[in-house]
Amino acid sequence: MASPIQHASEASHSRPILPVLEREKLILSGRSYHWITARICGVLENQQPLLWWLLFIPSALIAAIGVGGGLFYLVSTGVGVWGNTNRVMWGWPIVNFVFWIGIGHAGTLISAILFLTRQNWRTSINRAAEAMTIFAVMCAGIFPAFHVGRVWMAWFLAPVPNANAIWQNFKSPLLWDVFAVSTYFTVSLIFWFLGMVPDLATIRDRCQPGIRKIIYGILSLGWRGGNRQWSHYEMAYLLLAALSTPLVLSVHSVVSFDFATSVVPGWHTTIFPPYFVAGAIFGGFAMVLTIMVPARFIYGLQDLITMKHIDNMAKIILLTGTIVGYAYLMELFVAFYSGAIYEMDAFKFRIAGPYWWAYAAMMTCNVIAPQVFWSRACRENLWVVMIVAMFVNVGMWFERFVIIVTTLARSWLPGDWKTYAPSAADQILFIGTIGFFLSLFLLFLRFLPCINIAEVKWAKRESDPHYEDHVEHPDPGVIKEPAYQHELAQLSAQKPAIGNLEPQLSIPQ
Amino acid sequence: MSSTRQRVYGYLAEFKSASALYKAAEKVRDAGFKQWDCYSPYPIHGLDGAMGIKRSVLPWFVFCGGITGTATAFTLAYSTQVVIFPTVVQGKPANIFTIPAFFPIMFELTILFSGFTVLFGLLSLIRLPRLNHPLFASHQFHRATDDGFFIAIEARDGNFSTAGTRDLLEEIGGSNIELVAEED
Repeated sequence: MASPIQHASEASHSRPILPVLEREKLILSGRSYHWITARICGVLENQQPLLWWLLFIPSALIAAIGVGGGLFYLVSTGVGVWGNTNRVMWGWPIVNFVFWIGIGHAGTLISAILFLTRQNWRTSINRAAEAMTIFAVMCAGIFPAFHVGRVWMAWFLAPVPNANAIWQNFKSPLLWDVFAVSTYFTVSLIFWFLGMVPDLATIRDRCQPGIRKIIYGILSLGWRGGNRQWSHYEMAYLLLAALSTPLVLSVHSVVSFDFATSVVPGWHTTIFPPYFVAGAIFGGFAMVLTIMVPARFIYGLQDLITMKHIDNMAKIILLTGTIVGYAYLMELFVAFYSGAIYEMDAFKFRIAGPYWWAYAAMMTCNVIAPQVFWSRACRENLWVVMIVAMFVNVGMWFERFVIIVTTLARSWLPGDWKTYAPSAADQILFIGTIGFFLSLFLLFLRFLPCINIAEVKWAKRESDPHYEDHVEHPDPGVIKEPAYQHELAQLSAQKPAIGNLEPQLSIPQ
Repeated sequence: MSSTRQRVYGYLAEFKSASALYKAAEKVRDAGFKQWDCYSPYPIHGLDGAMGIKRSVLPWFVFCGGITGTATAFTLAYSTQVVIFPTVVQGKPANIFTIPAFFPIMFELTILFSGFTVLFGLLSLIRLPRLNHPLFASHQFHRATDDGFFIAIEARDGNFSTAGTRDLLEEIGGSNIELVAEED
């Protein structure tokens, strides 16, 4: 390859030379298509590492005891075992519902919004993030379904005629929520599955004849990868992205309507929908990092999920965290500016009341902790990234706790004031959903392709059908400046980061 | 084994890269073939033009699906809330002024119905699911989902001939040319 400087000097007499930042490589070390296939399929074809079992067995046990046992105890005894009271009637179950549904937002954001905005770096992380969405929404769904009190009557939420001849109240945000969350789950599932069909076909074609091949064959629907299929498929993917983009924004907006439409100090504000959506994306990306940083390390996916991906996610966390911080402060300002004593008291109670520690935890974890990502050194240090992501996970839970519990614990009448505490049943069920989420994700890693194989191949530069033409006719008027990765390579040569343990693997034929 | 008749599906030829496949596709298109396809492990942008494929009609299906969703939600909400069983909650009206409160559900059902239309519309357009296909009998076709770029020209195309099509595929740079046949 000719040196770029040489080209520049040849062309200098004709026109000014413009420095152009070279586009990032999304796949490092020049991996071949076959390497990509083999490495991603290897995750599910090879024996799982010991760590997988060490994580899966406790997660599955926690899920069985927490969700299975917890719900059995709840249903057989009654919802009185939860810590909810007449006043704090939502309590932990709805805190956990909003927490999980928020986590479910990053997946569709990565799949849909970053697809429409042509952010090609999404290809390496979208599959796992979408899986995370599905599992988080499953965890979220448990809480409202059982919070209705008599779970065997949860079908009353569906718009079908029931024994009382009363129809659902379509004017209620709670019913909007039922529609929003179930639509979100269904469309996310379609998106996830359709995106996976070509990759399931890849796995099918690598299987020896047998039961595995039959199962993956059925799941892949007989996909052949012909352009007459790809053409419709790409259109379907684009349409789903276009449909999911407003959907993902609507879901947490509708969740926020549950609060914002009730005339309760601290809830009745117009800032809630954007504030909830930003918070959901914020918490969702933190969970993607929490899961993907260890997974890329365990399965040796460093060339596919590069430091650039982590850097981008850290920046999104910084941005959305700052938006959330702005919303927290704006809430305070509006409470002050409204001159309404109840509104002001609600916020005074949040900050300095008996739940001050929850407010402080929320502020520290969500607003202060992500600010370290202004520094590039912090975004490149995976330990810092993991610790901040954990802070955000915790902080976002506390945000929902602050919104729900501190508001409900102080209603209009002082006679109603009460301090809320969760019961053991609340805590067991919440911990159980964490185990449920982790075990589903580990099963996903075990049985399904965790990175979008077809899209990662597409993101290679050689995949452009005009790539070879470009190579033959380089633009002589351009100096290519080395991309971020060159600098990063120099940086990691000086002090090896944990993520770069394996970039020198030989390229298989 | 000897008694099994074979039905010829067509020729399968491999190309070395996406660029080679693209250039070859233009030539196959210009040779007037209709029943043929390019196979690649990922979608190659621009190949539709090189193959002479029209833009997908899926958006029209989805538009109709979406409108159905909107209409369903509106009918459901309006008929039950205003016509059949006017529920007065928190003093909110149960008449034509109630309609804004139905917007969230109208929006959600639009998306839900569109999502299902995308799924089932796509499956009907690409004629899947199916359990088998003659191309799966090929000994190299499994690489189309890994790192292989192929063109298959079907025998049912009017321009197909055993010798001529093979020559064409060779001429445009195809290698590993294989006559794919399935058991009849």
